[in-house]
Order: sequence, then C-alpha cells, then structure tokens
Amino acid sequence: MHVVYPAVVAALLFSIGVYGVLARRNTILVLMSVELMLNAVNLNLVAFDVWLRDMLHSGQVLTLFVIVIAAAEVGIGLAIVLAVFRTRKAIEFDRLRELGEP
Amino acid sequence: MRAVDFWPPSTLEIVFLLLGLVAVGSALLVVTTRQLVHAALWLVVCFGALAGCYLVLTAEFVAWVQVLIYVGAVVVLLLFGIMLTRAPIGRSDDLDSGNRVVAAVVAVATAGVLVSVVVGGFQHAYADLRPGAGSAEELGASIFRNWVLPFEALSVLLLAALIGAIVLSRTDIKGRR
Repeated sequence: MHVVYPAVVAALLFSIGVYGVLARRNTILVLMSVELMLNAVNLNLVAFDVWLRDMLHSGQVLTLFVIVIAAAEVGIGLAIVLAVFRTRKAIEFDRLRELGEP
Repeated sequence: MRAVDFWPPSTLEIVFLLLGLVAVGSALLVVTTRQLVHAALWLVVCFGALAGCYLVLTAEFVAWVQVLIYVGAVVVLLLFGIMLTRAPIGRSDDLDSGNRVVAAVVAVATAGVLVSVVVGGFQHAYADLRPGAGSAEELGASIFRNWVLPFEALSVLLLAALIGAIVLSRTDIKGRR
C-alpha cells in the first residue's frame, strides 16, 4: 500500500471539513464537519502507524484517543447547542450576534 | 524501503481507493446536501467507508471502535440534536451561509496545498501490510503497558465531559450569585 493513497484521501476529507465549517449556518452541520476533519486526522494516524511499524503502536492508540475525545466533544457541543436553542430559539450562526444575556 | 511502482495498483490499493472514493463522495454530500437529516445519514456512509479503509490498512480494532462509537453513538447523538432543536425535516434552503464562495476557495486552496505537499513528500513511501498488526490483542497490550497514564487521564476527561453535559442541559441548576 502506497502511503500516498491514504494521505491524499485524508487531505481531501480535511478540506471538505474545512469547507463545511466555513460554509454552513446550522450549528449541528458545523459539528458534523468538525467530525469529518477529525476523521481525516485519524486516517493519517493509522496510515503512518502502519507504515512506520511503531513498536508502541502510537498511531493507532492516538486514533482511539481522538475518537474518545471526539465523542466527548460532540456531547458537550450538543449540550451547548441545546442551551443556546433554549434561550435564543435559533441555532443559526449568523443569528447569534449578541454576547450578553437576552 | 523498496521502490514499488504506482502502476499496476495492487488489489488492496484498488479496494482502498474505492472505499476512499465513497468516503470523500459522501463527505461532499454531507457538506452540500439541503436536508439536515440526510447530512447525518451520509455521515454514516462516510464513517462506514472509513472503517473499511482502516480494515484494509490492517487496523481492525480501530475499525470496530470507529463503527461502534462514530456510527453507533456520535451520529445518533447528532440525530438527537437535530430532533431536539426542531429542525425542519424537509428541504431547507437556508443551511448555507453567505460566504459559500469564500469557503470553497479556502477549501480548494487547502486541498491543493495539502495534496501537493503529501504527494511530494511521500511518493516513494511504501507500507508493507502485515495482517494482525492492529488486532485487539496487540493494541490492548500496548494501551495497558505503555499508554496507561494517558488512558486514565482520558477516562477522567470523559467523566468531566459527562458531568459538564448534564450541568449544561439541566435547567434547574442555577449559577452561584
């Protein structure tokens, strides 16, 4: 397996995630795009771990850690989104302009 | 490190490229679709194809963790979020903000830079795949021998995230005045 293939797939996934974060208005869609970027990083970690044959398996172990952190991030993120929705009745980014309490 | 030609690609590489194509295509649909629920479902396809990629790369344990946590938990959480924020179920034309063009330019520039750097840097790198290198046995031994401390720190982080999510989503907890 050439290392270029997983690296290129990961680069494409990452830039798709960048597009999603910048172009979407809905907060949940932005969270999904962040997940895409994290997955691109995971693919890179796995590919380079397999290539370098690390004795500590650092790539794959770090992939597991990133997956766990992503799960925690989505949990907290959705809790924040729901709190914002309760107070402002909207989760579109460009409608959340005030910083103070309503 | 021996030099291996790009052409003809091996069967594994063809399988990997097809799975990668599915992943990239469904990721594109995630960020461009006009229906919120469809985005979450395309995310399932993307994560499933990535799990297939991990399997091809002999990282089987990571692949099953990906299926369990991403497809099983994260997407369900996102669907719950869509449901609880009373999102429109049908087509909605206001999912994209006004800076789509700028975002597309930035994304294409990122892709260009990353792909050219990666291709330039790793075009001769070749990974010999060894079956069983990412099995649960090897990874478990590695986690519980060399990575115990980060593992424990991560469990504390998960606990903190759990408590934080509960505190954030309960309405009857008032801040200290």
